[in-house]
Amino acid sequence: MKFQGLLKPACNSLEDESEKNLDVRVCSRCGSSVLKSDLRANLYICPECNAHLMMRARRRIEILCDKSSFVEIDKGMESENLLGFPGYEDKIRAAKEKSRENEAVVCGKARIGGNPLYIFVMEPSFMMGSMGSIVGEKITRCFEKAIEEKLPVLGITVSGGARMQEGIFSLMQMTKVSAAVKRHDDAGLLYMALLTNPTTGGVDASFAMQADIILAEPGARVGFAGPRVIEQTYRKKLPDGFQKAEAVMECGFIDMILSRFDQKRVIASLLDMHKEEIDGGI
Amino acid sequence: MEAYDIVKNSRNADRWCASDYIKLLITDFLELHGDRKYGDDKAVIAGIGKLLDRPITVIGIEKGNDIVSRLEHNFGSAHPEGYRKAMRLMKEAEKFGRPVLCLIDTAGAYAGVDAEERGQGQAIAESLMLMSSLRTPVISIIIGEGGSGGALALAVSDRLYMLDDAYFSVVSPENCATILWKNNKYADKAADALKLTAVDLKEREIIDDVFKTASSAWDEKTINIYKEKLLTKLDKEYESLAKMPALDLVDMRYKKYRRIGRV
Ligand SMILES: [Zn+2]
Repeated sequence: MKFQGLLKPACNSLEDESEKNLDVRVCSRCGSSVLKSDLRANLYICPECNAHLMMRARRRIEILCDKSSFVEIDKGMESENLLGFPGYEDKIRAAKEKSRENEAVVCGKARIGGNPLYIFVMEPSFMMGSMGSIVGEKITRCFEKAIEEKLPVLGITVSGGARMQEGIFSLMQMTKVSAAVKRHDDAGLLYMALLTNPTTGGVDASFAMQADIILAEPGARVGFAGPRVIEQTYRKKLPDGFQKAEAVMECGFIDMILSRFDQKRVIASLLDMHKEEIDGGI
Repeated sequence: MEAYDIVKNSRNADRWCASDYIKLLITDFLELHGDRKYGDDKAVIAGIGKLLDRPITVIGIEKGNDIVSRLEHNFGSAHPEGYRKAMRLMKEAEKFGRPVLCLIDTAGAYAGVDAEERGQGQAIAESLMLMSSLRTPVISIIIGEGGSGGALALAVSDRLYMLDDAYFSVVSPENCATILWKNNKYADKAADALKLTAVDLKEREIIDDVFKTASSAWDEKTINIYKEKLLTKLDKEYESLAKMPALDLVDMRYKKYRRIGRV
């Protein structure tokens, strides 16, 4: 076990404090009760059924990035109620309290296996990683900074899709981010995406599917349309494993499925192999 | 009209659809078929023709206007191969320096098992990337329904226009009401809140201009006046876009989308 260091419980994480009083979590897939401390040590993978359970953005950064290498950018950016949508301010307030984040994505510069890169990690506990203007803006800035500094980008996605309360502004973020991804691509720089459960709707139909290399966690739901809508057109039970990462890989849209225990090693190795020759090559 | 009435009206089968506008505006239209990968999606009609004297590539999401043609065109809900056909022909247009016109009328990209298995999300994602940097002028017009990602996939353009009774939205008002308020009877409230009408979107600088919609009830003279007006406007816009060096054009398009929702 090469990466045992990863299993050490990390300190100072917000979620430990917020969840202290309830020390058992029930696996959403198999229903087993698992001690939170065990679950955390096991990178939120259910020891009974191997389900990769929901994991906070900052915990992901902790296990993926080299120690103390992560420097956050645009942390303070907060959403406004651009359309004056009824109830949106309350939703944002509740999401901030629940997630202790200002928005549904955390961005920054870091190193993985010694390789510098920009990284954005979506936060599931902030309105299910829905795509608002600030999410689009922060991810776009991440790509723009990476272009300036000629660095790769790693994006970790989790999203239920659009943020309806921002209406058309939510939709247009798909275009804004896509245009930045294209510029990064044209600059000859590497973009890798790691899709986690769930990566759907507008995020699937934009930056999740635009990476040079698309990785996914076991069992992650990856797809454009929601299962209930598809059932209406299909008129029978959806095939087993439909829209699960394993099936989506069989269809040709995912490069590799990676357990949380392998992510750092494989991502570091991919970064290594995409390094530009310092001498300029031939 | 109230926002929700606009949405309901945009779904009427007696409206003009993409093929009607192509017949009106484009001469010598030659339809081209297939994505060269899987098949030919009839929800997307595409080809080359002339707008006045200008050769142009036209891509339209076609609903059809009776039950037979609606079934044939899958009610204007494209599969991934529809977007891939569009991309293939956009690249062909770019290669020969020909401008592109997209006519958008869809409730959304098709939500089905086969569409998912052939990469509906990937096809839309690729189209967004391609259009954001296509080195030829692109004008898109939402002529009826502008439903979410399936409409957006053809809306990345130098000029985005809407007809005055079209809508453009991230979600249908019915789904929005069901998800947020657990009841689709609040669809009218959702339609208002989403700010999805042409007037709302012009005000928020999401679209560049609003055109009148055509009506089947018009006499020939009215239709001709309408046609001349629309052709003159489009020709003028293509003329000014064609004067720009391709890189400036792409840069302008980047900035156009870059500023949306910026704080
Ligand atoms: Zn389990």
